[in-house]
Amino acid sequence: MYRKTVAELASALATKAVSSTELTQLYLDRISAHQELNAFITVDADNALAAAKVADTRLAKGDAGALTGVPMAHKDIFCTDGVLTTCGSRMLSEFVSPYNATVVEKLHDAGMVMLGKTNMDEFAMGSSNETSFFGPVKNPWDTTLVPGGSSGGSAAAVAARLTPMATGTDTGGSIRQPAALCGITGLKPSYGRVSRFGMIAFASSLDQAGPMTQTAEDAALLLNAMAGFDSRDSTSAQEEVPDFSSQLGHDIKGLKIGLPKEFFGEGLSADVDKAIQAALDEYKKLGAEVVEVSLPNSSLAIPCYYVLAPAEASSNLSRYDGVRYGYRASEYTDLVEMYERTRAEGFGAEVKRRIMIGTYALSAGYYDAYYLKAQQLRRLIAEDFKRAFEQCDVIMGPTAPSTAFALGDKSEDPVAMYLNDIYTISVNLAGLPGMSVPAGFDGNGRPIGLQLIGQYFDEARLLQLAHQYQQVTDWHQQLPEEVA
Amino acid sequence: MIICPTFTEAVRSNAMSISVDEVKKIAHLARLGLDEQEAQGYADSLSQILGLIEQMNAVDTTGVSPMAHPLDMHLRLREDAPTESDQREKFQKVAPSTEAGLYLVPRVIE
Repeated sequence: MYRKTVAELASALATKAVSSTELTQLYLDRISAHQELNAFITVDADNALAAAKVADTRLAKGDAGALTGVPMAHKDIFCTDGVLTTCGSRMLSEFVSPYNATVVEKLHDAGMVMLGKTNMDEFAMGSSNETSFFGPVKNPWDTTLVPGGSSGGSAAAVAARLTPMATGTDTGGSIRQPAALCGITGLKPSYGRVSRFGMIAFASSLDQAGPMTQTAEDAALLLNAMAGFDSRDSTSAQEEVPDFSSQLGHDIKGLKIGLPKEFFGEGLSADVDKAIQAALDEYKKLGAEVVEVSLPNSSLAIPCYYVLAPAEASSNLSRYDGVRYGYRASEYTDLVEMYERTRAEGFGAEVKRRIMIGTYALSAGYYDAYYLKAQQLRRLIAEDFKRAFEQCDVIMGPTAPSTAFALGDKSEDPVAMYLNDIYTISVNLAGLPGMSVPAGFDGNGRPIGLQLIGQYFDEARLLQLAHQYQQVTDWHQQLPEEVA
Repeated sequence: MIICPTFTEAVRSNAMSISVDEVKKIAHLARLGLDEQEAQGYADSLSQILGLIEQMNAVDTTGVSPMAHPLDMHLRLREDAPTESDQREKFQKVAPSTEAGLYLVPRVIE
């Protein structure tokens, strides 16, 4: 039963083959049997079982929706009323949120059962889940490896089938990169598609929430429940929300796939390259056409991002002052010292680095050279995509330059860590939807992700392309031996 | 494509340097307490990161209009009507220190 997808579980619930209470208990047991992965910060068994009971009543009455009774987990960046919400930080290590994020509300209203909150890099700043105050997450395929980040707990939990799905957030690759490194499906919708209300802010012009699942079919089901305009998010998109499942079965004959030549150069591991080429061959067999495109400014996406994201973060994280919520230092003599000690003790090293980079870039005398320059580059990067999409319907390439690396390998070298997101960051800068789907394994049995990038608000197209690929491959059905 | 090992080395070799004193100044602006040893560590890593950022100068952006937001959207206006109920007690329950509905901080006026 635990190997089933969200869609399969929903139909098992609908036909009364299993109850939500049984399913919830099954996943709670799996979570406790695999604690070594450290995928969860909070397991909320009591509330989960209570919610399952409510779902079972709804199912019995015939008053259930498509997701009623299906268990799930939230990344610990989403505020959950009455439940610990830490964002992977000491700063919020005892913060019990007084309200729900819109995403939490929506999935709760859909009848889903929250099992708990997943581990993550501190304030979503990291690509390996090693910056978490609650310790690193282990990759279920090999527990000496990182799961990727920042949604590493969500990715590991889905890969190990400790939950049928989990939510994630993606500011520079934080859904797609861990999805690739853990061998699952991850979707970052277009900027503004899913409400940011109650999602703890990192870089507000880049942050976006999305589903992390086993299949594209599940991602479509979940996006149906998560997406939509929200007046409580000032940058929520006022776009029509289609039924993301309706296009899944359409064939892809004649669709044009653009391959950015810049994504296949030096630095891409040979195994990843080979797997991506093999995936493209599958797409050709399905009737798609492959054309070369160019994203000439893509190599500048990382420098550009490491100005803009820290600048926004330095402003967003100024709210953690030890006054209204969160951690407060125990010893201080005056107000300034209280702020300084609270923030020194409450934040980890990577968060402090980014706050300082952002503060520097925004300070008088440096603003034009850094912040303004980065915003201009952002325009060039977005225009590259616009031009590329004149020649193709979707862009494909690797999600990450390599497969999962060893825990500790890059944790002391911020610049090496940042380069993991080389193929994902430009998508956030442009605000486009992006997806990662399992596309094979390297010589050491580590998962490889294929990235799909779509036009604004064209998630349905990405989901269709991913689904069609998953009809002719079984990479997404493979499970780490340890947890099978 | 410039990436991983070569890129990283290129970044290191022309790393902009940022001094320990500058780090202390930035940390103070951001209200982050640092000790001497930490300041040295951050001077090194921030210099490396600035070296990476300097790569931006490879492209001439004269005349390019800055992009602040992916959708180039404007902030919406709404009716000037109350949308929230009073939840002061609930919200103050998570505060480190409150009294009579107020947040307590160290004395700022002598």
